Amino acid sequence: MDFNSSDPAAGQALAEQPVAGQALAAEPVAGPRSEDALPDSATAAVKVVIVGGFGVGKTTLVGAVSEIRPLTTEETMTQAGVGVDDTLGIERKTSTTVAMDFGRISLNEELVLYLFGTPGQQRFWFLWNGLFDGALGAVVLVDTRRLEVSFDVIGRLEERGVPFVVAINSFPEAPKHDVEELREALDLPPEVPIVDCDARLRTSSRDVLMTLMHYLHHLAVTSEAS
Amino acid sequence: MSGAGQDWEDESPERLYVITGGRSGAAAQTFSLDLVTLIVAKAAPRPGIQPEHAAIMRLCHSPLSVAELSAYLKLPVSVVTVLLGDLLADGRVVARAPVPPAELPDRSLIEAVIHGLQQL
Ligand SMILES: Nc1nc2c(ncn2[C@@H]2O[C@H](COP(=O)(O)OP(=O)(O)O)[C@@H](O)[C@H]2O)c(=O)[nH]1
Ligand SMILES: [Mg+2]
Repeated sequence: MDFNSSDPAAGQALAEQPVAGQALAAEPVAGPRSEDALPDSATAAVKVVIVGGFGVGKTTLVGAVSEIRPLTTEETMTQAGVGVDDTLGIERKTSTTVAMDFGRISLNEELVLYLFGTPGQQRFWFLWNGLFDGALGAVVLVDTRRLEVSFDVIGRLEERGVPFVVAINSFPEAPKHDVEELREALDLPPEVPIVDCDARLRTSSRDVLMTLMHYLHHLAVTSEAS
Repeated sequence: MSGAGQDWEDESPERLYVITGGRSGAAAQTFSLDLVTLIVAKAAPRPGIQPEHAAIMRLCHSPLSVAELSAYLKLPVSVVTVLLGDLLADGRVVARAPVPPAELPDRSLIEAVIHGLQQL
């Protein structure tokens, strides 16, 4: 399931209507398949956010490592006075529906990792209350054909103090790149890891998460030492 | 909640307002509900309770995150949060809080994640 339509790159206007047609149907709600149910021993959960522009492979990456078929959750956000299509210049509230695909990995009997792939319009997902609060960190997924999409994302993560790694998703038509050139182009400090990945592959996507975790571990050890 | 059952099939946006009784927000803070807070029902739903409450209680017979509840119920997270606030206040479900942000980044937690990913 994908929510490409919530992305401006898909040529769609932002959804103005708050979540029409979302009422529960009269029939029982279909929950997880029995094999997808978490054991009762699951007591704590952590989250990682996958960010990047439209079509960069976020849902693919989440699906590659998730133990459940990716699900979609959404939120309606109200923002005062920033109507993007407000040609009259009148202060008003706009509400936007932002959808996220997410997946799940049971790390052990107690601990569960959730991966959230955020949609393309960065200025909206930062309004999603609490999405980044308590997140272990983020993966910025980059398509070298559209580097500029990543600038805003990276800037905001830095502003918020969310630790992140950069993963370059390899598309066949994408220009070959040198990691250090990319680091410079994205204005990244030397310690931020940059890795190549193929989001379609479980091992490759797993390695991206592993890179993030090793980086976080490094940060934790460093902060303990200081 | 009066009237909640009647316009059950009404698919208008106003439906969300009806589901929550027009309430918003506070429950997330009160119970510090996160997208990854795990919810577990304490019992099966009593007959006659608001259908959305019953649906949550049925879904949570095993632990389920707020995000998963929102996905299965096809309701926005903020609406699910309000409904969970009611159930939590009545002790009909319990919340297993996520690892608090204050404890991040925690070295042993990261090590547990690394170990778990290695099994993948
Ligand atoms: N060649 C190649 N294609 C990919 C890769 N990752 C994703 N895709 C394809 O790119 C398209 C968009 O991916 P999707 O995950 O939906 O992007 P999202 O909008 O970021 O969620 C899909 O058709 C994927 O199959 C990759 O690593 N390599
Ligand atoms: Mg997607």
